[in-house]
Amino acid sequence: MSAGEREPILRVRDLSVEFTIGSGGLFGGKKILRAVKGVSFDLYQGETLGIVGESGCGKSTLSRAIIRLLPATAGEAVWLGRDIQKMNSNELLDLRKDIQMIFQDPLASLNPRMTAGDIIAEPLKIHMPNIGKAERAVRVAEMMQKVGLLPSMINKYPHEFSGGQCQRIGIARALITNPKLIICDEAVSALDVSIRAQVVNLLMDLQKELGISLLFISHDIAVVRHIAQRIMVLYFGEVVEIGEAEQVTMDPHHDYTKRLIASVPVPDPKVEMERREERRRLRRAAAKAA
Amino acid sequence: MPGLTGKDTVLTDYANKLAVLDAPKGRSLTQDALRRLSKNKAAVVSIGIVVLIILVAFIGPFFVPWGYSEVDWTSIRKPPDFDKGHYFGTDQNGRDMLARVLQGTQMSLIVAAVATVVSVTIGVIYGAVSGYFGGRVDALMMRFVDVMYALPYILFVIILVVMFGRNPVLLFVGIGAIEWLTMARIVRGQTLSIKEKEFIEAARASGAKPFAIIMRHIVPNLSGPVVIYATLTIPEIIIAESFLSYLGLGVQEPQTSLGTLISAGAPVAEVLPWMLLGPAVVLVTLLLCLTYIGDGLRDALDPKDR
Repeated sequence: MSAGEREPILRVRDLSVEFTIGSGGLFGGKKILRAVKGVSFDLYQGETLGIVGESGCGKSTLSRAIIRLLPATAGEAVWLGRDIQKMNSNELLDLRKDIQMIFQDPLASLNPRMTAGDIIAEPLKIHMPNIGKAERAVRVAEMMQKVGLLPSMINKYPHEFSGGQCQRIGIARALITNPKLIICDEAVSALDVSIRAQVVNLLMDLQKELGISLLFISHDIAVVRHIAQRIMVLYFGEVVEIGEAEQVTMDPHHDYTKRLIASVPVPDPKVEMERREERRRLRRAAAKAA
Repeated sequence: MPGLTGKDTVLTDYANKLAVLDAPKGRSLTQDALRRLSKNKAAVVSIGIVVLIILVAFIGPFFVPWGYSEVDWTSIRKPPDFDKGHYFGTDQNGRDMLARVLQGTQMSLIVAAVATVVSVTIGVIYGAVSGYFGGRVDALMMRFVDVMYALPYILFVIILVVMFGRNPVLLFVGIGAIEWLTMARIVRGQTLSIKEKEFIEAARASGAKPFAIIMRHIVPNLSGPVVIYATLTIPEIIIAESFLSYLGLGVQEPQTSLGTLISAGAPVAEVLPWMLLGPAVVLVTLLLCLTYIGDGLRDALDPKDR
């Protein structure tokens, strides 16, 4: 899928997010933490952009600034031609309908006092308040089937589901408003390997079927390589590399990307032995440079 | 749109089919907690006793031969006398103690119930709003609570009584207005931890309004601490009411409450022990049982089990 001359649905330019943190104490001064520093990228319809980087590099902060859960301090994020920072409350509601999120912790992202059916139906109640109860139930049932849950589980509570099933509920909740973009914030990191593959494949199938875009955030470059067409590498809030998935993973330009790729284990002891040498060499080089 | 294509009927049929299909009911956290509570013997027995006391206090007066303000001139200051129908004896004015204990229990229970409802409602909403919005709103709202805490509540109640006269309703309001402060603090603390959970962020990301988030996502998740604290507030309020009545600020004669009865019985406990024993036994039983229920609820609702 080439992202040639089409108009991007999301255009981010020089986006920065800063936090003010007090150093504590009565006379302590204030420090400014720059979590995201001037990030720019484009996202096209039906495309998956993977964002990788170590924990604390600003991946999640970036995603929250894009949907204005956090205020950006500089730069702009333009969604379908409108600047997200300048949207009024109606436009913002539309934005929240078009961009949905899937969260890291499958169980914690579901309200423990609500049934699966209520959780999936909630965005519908917010964004399409005038559809009837019957139609809502039907849509929820259809969506549950689509993500691989039995509609008869509609009355169960989150603690009665497994981690993978909980994440499927999260996916169903994200999909029910027919969004154009889904932000997966470490959506599969908390799942074990076999379930992770299932959920990743489910996301890819749904994407093929519905033509949605994905912003896939992960610290695991192996998963991102599998799902994303393009990869953006973040390091301390800055973009160090962005490009086609093939090119970034096979021929990384930046040292940090090289180290990130070298950190992925290979299930072959001999190859792994050689790679350990390679990793040591990279670390030494990095230490020398610093 | 409806009627033209028959879409609605089709959908309704499908929905009905889904409903009757086999959608087994899930086990909610509340059901879990109730199951655990029902295994706690002390709590179950206490619930039984409290229900019994409530029933007797409200239905009993219809079966007692004497009214609570009726004077029997032939038996004044008499010990229990089953022939005349004075099962708990009579007081210095010849009034039947059983009737008075029943009426007093009723009054104490009503005060406790109303004041608890008032304090829970105000406390939960105030605390949840303060905790959820945080920052300056939180600071202002909580400083107001601190100021209210600093006011001695006896003074507060005396001022109310002086301004509006002695009136049981005022007593409810006065006690409720003091008790919500602690509730608000507890709820605020809980809200601070709940609002950092991912499901709150999920609700915000899907566009829910702050008020909807507070009512749909935060308040239901507060039910554990709130229920526990409310059951422990009831005895506190009964004691506060007794104290105020003891000072003569509470319920007015000929009506009575457990506190008033005990304060009348205490000085004559050596010569007329039945005047103290009746109300004291009821009050102590009630307080003990409510404490056991609160304890049982705390164990049952403890989130660490999950």
